[in-house]
Amino acid sequence: MELAEGSIKILVADDSETDRMILRSLVLKQGHRVVTAEDGQQAVELFILERPQLVLLDVLMPVMSGYEAARQIKQLAGEELVPVIFLTSLKDAQSLAECLDAGGDDFLSKPYSPLILQAKINAFNRMRMMHHTLQVQRDKIAGHNKRLLQEQAFAKEIFDKVAHSGCLNAHNLQHLQSPYAMFNGDVLIAARKPSGGMLVFLGDFAGHGLPAAIGAMPLAEIFYHMVAKGFSMPEILSEVNSKMKQVLPVSGFCCGGMVDIDFDSKVMKVWIGGLPDCYLYRTKTKTLDVLTSKWLPLGILSADKFDTGYEIIEVDYDDRLYLWSDGVIEAQDDQQHFFGEERLKAVFTNNEEPDQLFNEIKESVFSFIGEPTDDLSMIEISMVPRDSFSDKPVPVEASTIRGARNWSASFEFRPETLQSYNPIPLILHCLMQVPGVNLHSGRLYTILAELYSNALEHGVLGMDSSLKASLHGFTQYYAEREHRLQQLKEGFIRFWLEHKIEPQGGVLVITVADSGPGFNYQKMMNRITEDTNYHGRGVNLLRSFCRRVEYSEVGNQVTIEYAWNNELDSAHKGHH
Amino acid sequence: MAVTAIQSEDGSELTIRIQGRFDFSEHQSFRDAYERTDKLPNQYTIDLNETTYLDSSALGMLLLLRDHAGGDTANIRIVNCKPDVKKILLISNFEQLFTIQ
Repeated sequence: MELAEGSIKILVADDSETDRMILRSLVLKQGHRVVTAEDGQQAVELFILERPQLVLLDVLMPVMSGYEAARQIKQLAGEELVPVIFLTSLKDAQSLAECLDAGGDDFLSKPYSPLILQAKINAFNRMRMMHHTLQVQRDKIAGHNKRLLQEQAFAKEIFDKVAHSGCLNAHNLQHLQSPYAMFNGDVLIAARKPSGGMLVFLGDFAGHGLPAAIGAMPLAEIFYHMVAKGFSMPEILSEVNSKMKQVLPVSGFCCGGMVDIDFDSKVMKVWIGGLPDCYLYRTKTKTLDVLTSKWLPLGILSADKFDTGYEIIEVDYDDRLYLWSDGVIEAQDDQQHFFGEERLKAVFTNNEEPDQLFNEIKESVFSFIGEPTDDLSMIEISMVPRDSFSDKPVPVEASTIRGARNWSASFEFRPETLQSYNPIPLILHCLMQVPGVNLHSGRLYTILAELYSNALEHGVLGMDSSLKASLHGFTQYYAEREHRLQQLKEGFIRFWLEHKIEPQGGVLVITVADSGPGFNYQKMMNRITEDTNYHGRGVNLLRSFCRRVEYSEVGNQVTIEYAWNNELDSAHKGHH
Repeated sequence: MAVTAIQSEDGSELTIRIQGRFDFSEHQSFRDAYERTDKLPNQYTIDLNETTYLDSSALGMLLLLRDHAGGDTANIRIVNCKPDVKKILLISNFEQLFTIQ
């Protein structure tokens, strides 16, 4: 006896008592359990009560026919497969077809062979079990898939907060990201610098989807933290490169472009490592400057080999810089043609209204490809006046360790340090230990940066600031600065920091001295009162922020006092 | 076979040829090409004469080979690049890591 599939419960419905008895004993002999009904109605009721796994139905019964009983049983069974086999003395094709139409799975004409009936019961039981297994597996897969999608949606929320955020909505930026999957391998981040400038990064990780997206998390975290703490672009690039080298597999890397925008001097510093040619559109002359990738992507070179160079580009208001991932020129139409540089350049040639450029590029790419098949990211960065930003730069995060309330510290930086290290983040970090001062981080950063660059460039390096005023002055000035810095053999810059508590807040006294020959500060101070446009050594800026700015010695030492009022700050904060 | 490897008789040079698209689907066969050598060659030549396209995962595979061949001391030449293929290598400035001819 085949009992491999185990014993099941079978419902037998027949109005003939003899037939019921024969069927009952046959089924019992096979090792199954039996419940019997005398008509269709009873069959349906018993089905509900007993939940048999298989049903043998006579067609012609009183009260309710076998056809109707089959319909109701199939409906009650729902997704479960309960095989219904009709046993009938009807022989015409029409009646037999109707058995199947009513939901029956098979039929046997009376008189039937017990052997065939047994074989059919076994066959349908096997099918029932297969169906059951399939359903269990289907539900399991559906459950897994649902959980996976929920997890991905959750992860995407975190990812988007980290990897596509910062000040991307600033009025001088326009960006586009088309996700190829839920996650893409592209990163687009922007942040305001404590000094009021802006840093933007567009990155494209090798690969697609989650594996590519994971690397974006540490990258974005480093970027935001370092920008907020006042680190420079080369320092951020170098740190990001080291981190990527550390966490990515050997075959992984991140192509990218970083831009440091100075709205005061209208200068963009650009680093491109592995992105296709980026364009600078000069609105006045309607010309395109092509910026080529000059560096290796991030995460390939070890820290000691990584080159932190960049290009300095002087631009005008309303000039636009475009960075994009290879998804733009490699966008394919259905014949697998690339969108390509020719079509991209044509958009610029045909443009009439520069404000529409970004949309025109977007439309041109999308009308070419229809559906994007690859990660595709781009950003437009416009040079605008600094005062066009209404929002204040976000303050440096307040230190979580509080309580430096009355202290002083001093630092001396010597040539080896001055050549390769930017001490401003270190000093700013020191100052942020003071309670309540983080709301002033932007101003303090500006003050420190101003004091430091004056001491370094005009003091230690002896540079003349009038050089900046000429046409390509900035580029020349920075090249000369770099040259002198590398030649530097002696010199120093000293910082003295002192913090005192005042009744409603505090005061920071910062003194900076350098090894330079000094300058005639008396003469300069007089000229400031005569001519407020005089910008030499940023003294006006310092005086607008500080309650005291005083030069001493031979002009190579300056002391400033920066005071704040906590109550005013909190009233101001509460007002927003 | 899209990836074929030929080692010189003395085993000192391994030449790998890639036909068609060089992308992630060639990952295993490219790996096999340089890992299944009896003697570690001191010179690798990647012949891209019949390579029509290169994607970022192909660049990653080249980095894997470079790592396998000794990292900064690796001696790898990439030869016979078609203009489109060469452009992809140059955009990523891979000429700083490989000898591209």
